[in-house]
Amino acid sequence: MAQPPEPSAAMQPVLRVLRLPLGIGPKIAAAVLLVIVVVTLLSPWIAPHDPLTMDPLVRLKGPMEGHLLGTDNYGRDILSRVLIGGRLSLYIGLMTAIVSVLIGLVIGMIAGFFRTADAIIMRMMDALMAIPAILLAIALVALSGPSVGSVIAAITIPEIPRVVRLVRAVVLAAREEPYVEAAIALGSSMPKILIGHLFPNTLAPLIVQGTYILASAILTEAILSFLGAGVSTETPTWGNIMAEGRLFFRIKPELILWPGLMLSLCILSINLLGDAARDMLDPRLKKRAG
Amino acid sequence: MLGYIIRRVLAVIPVMLLVAIFVFALLRLTPGDPAAIIAGDMATPAQLESIREAMGLNQPIYVQFFTWVGQLLQGDLGTSLISRTPVASMVADRMGPTISIALLTILMSVALAVPMGVIAAWKHRSAADYAVMTFSVLGFSVPVFVIGYILILIFSLKLGWFPVQGYTPISRGIGPFLSNAFLPALTLTTIYVALIARMTRANMLEVLGEDYIRTARAKGAPERRVLFRHALKNAAVPILTVIGTGFALLIGGVVVTESVFNIPGIGRLTVDAILARDYPVIQAMILLTSFLYVFVNLLIDISYSFFDPRIRY
Repeated sequence: MAQPPEPSAAMQPVLRVLRLPLGIGPKIAAAVLLVIVVVTLLSPWIAPHDPLTMDPLVRLKGPMEGHLLGTDNYGRDILSRVLIGGRLSLYIGLMTAIVSVLIGLVIGMIAGFFRTADAIIMRMMDALMAIPAILLAIALVALSGPSVGSVIAAITIPEIPRVVRLVRAVVLAAREEPYVEAAIALGSSMPKILIGHLFPNTLAPLIVQGTYILASAILTEAILSFLGAGVSTETPTWGNIMAEGRLFFRIKPELILWPGLMLSLCILSINLLGDAARDMLDPRLKKRAG
Repeated sequence: MLGYIIRRVLAVIPVMLLVAIFVFALLRLTPGDPAAIIAGDMATPAQLESIREAMGLNQPIYVQFFTWVGQLLQGDLGTSLISRTPVASMVADRMGPTISIALLTILMSVALAVPMGVIAAWKHRSAADYAVMTFSVLGFSVPVFVIGYILILIFSLKLGWFPVQGYTPISRGIGPFLSNAFLPALTLTTIYVALIARMTRANMLEVLGEDYIRTARAKGAPERRVLFRHALKNAAVPILTVIGTGFALLIGGVVVTESVFNIPGIGRLTVDAILARDYPVIQAMILLTSFLYVFVNLLIDISYSFFDPRIRY
């Protein structure tokens, strides 16, 4: 009897993703995001031109041979700039998501577990949330210099209170569960209760929240660059390309539209995946959000 | 009721004090010497020292903080390092455009988003529902300035219906005001609508599954009354909450939109101050917008008890 051929080991993860009970929307979103990430990561090798090389002979030209999306005011190739620019935008988004989730997790666990610390920490978080995130971020970058590190810090700090609130709520609910009370009664050590019993509860909501932070961080980076408070303008990011394109918007709107399209597609797919992850990890929420 | 309002107002004080401490610390802990900015590049060390002395920068940090808070409580927001004018009068000059565009935005958003959310929940899983959901995900995903430029491209440059940029105060007539303010407000509305419609839909879906809705329908209440009287009023509290928390988003959006449409409002004032490192203006603006956010959310908190009489803390 002929057995159907076993899929090779390398194909297993791909098949597992394809079999996930996802709608068509999240699958398209995953595919789009995958393409954007791969193209962006490979951009130094696949970009047709150097993104910084200026060519005064072809300034602000439309699509033409050798410049698929045309050129900017210095005659630089728009396609290459959009491809390379995605690298830093994605990097900043990813770092912000990781750092804010980690810091928020630690503070949130402390607030949820130690009642004495709770009131003070939560009032501080309320105050931090009251400061408009964009203003806080541009102030932080303008005052500490336009480096990649300060941009990441500036986007991270306003995101932290949201993570803290989430983790605290999860920990508060979990510590009332019989198995946690049992662990406390049995005299388990505090690190063991925190890491072994409470931490696992925060994982699913944190994955969802981290996805949303990733999307909003990429968006915020673009806004910071657009307002002139982002990474140094010599390095192309999606935000920087659009910021430079402002002056030439009337004659060449593509300077804003192409990076804007890449950025929006990227954020849209991340948001859709975040919604899908939320529905999968917490079926109770699905009823609410449909 | 009065006791509840007083308790809510008192609870806001520590938050405001913490905001003040954060804003103060933000400017003192980041590198950069305000005295060096005022003095310019050519200053001698002696000049720097005298400026520091005059600004009180040589005093202990807590003395500086309380001096600043004392001045704030007297309505003194400081003086701009660059234009040398009091910050309070700068804010007063620039407040009009920002407030009128923000109010127009809130008006348009609520008028659009609440019916959108109600219809999406009422016709759950219909084409209308998917259209509302798609719009609301898009609203979260496209940067506000890209929306602004696309609207300028279509309505100003291609169709010529609106001027490209600029601002006309409402005192010069409602028509000229709207022709300038409509596109910026529409830009901001797209994000705010996304947020409110999503929340309205989610909460209406939940409420429409309740027993009392079935009862209302069973006793023959007209569908419109069921939707707006029985369902929407009960879904109102979370919707109000999101209008309040979304207010922070609106402030951020105003800052960006004013840059796109070249509107001389508070957002532009703040961005210009931040880029020029005009410390007193930055401090005052971040503080004012934060207080505004706290105040709006306080009003919303108090209004809960109107929509849900059970709320009496």
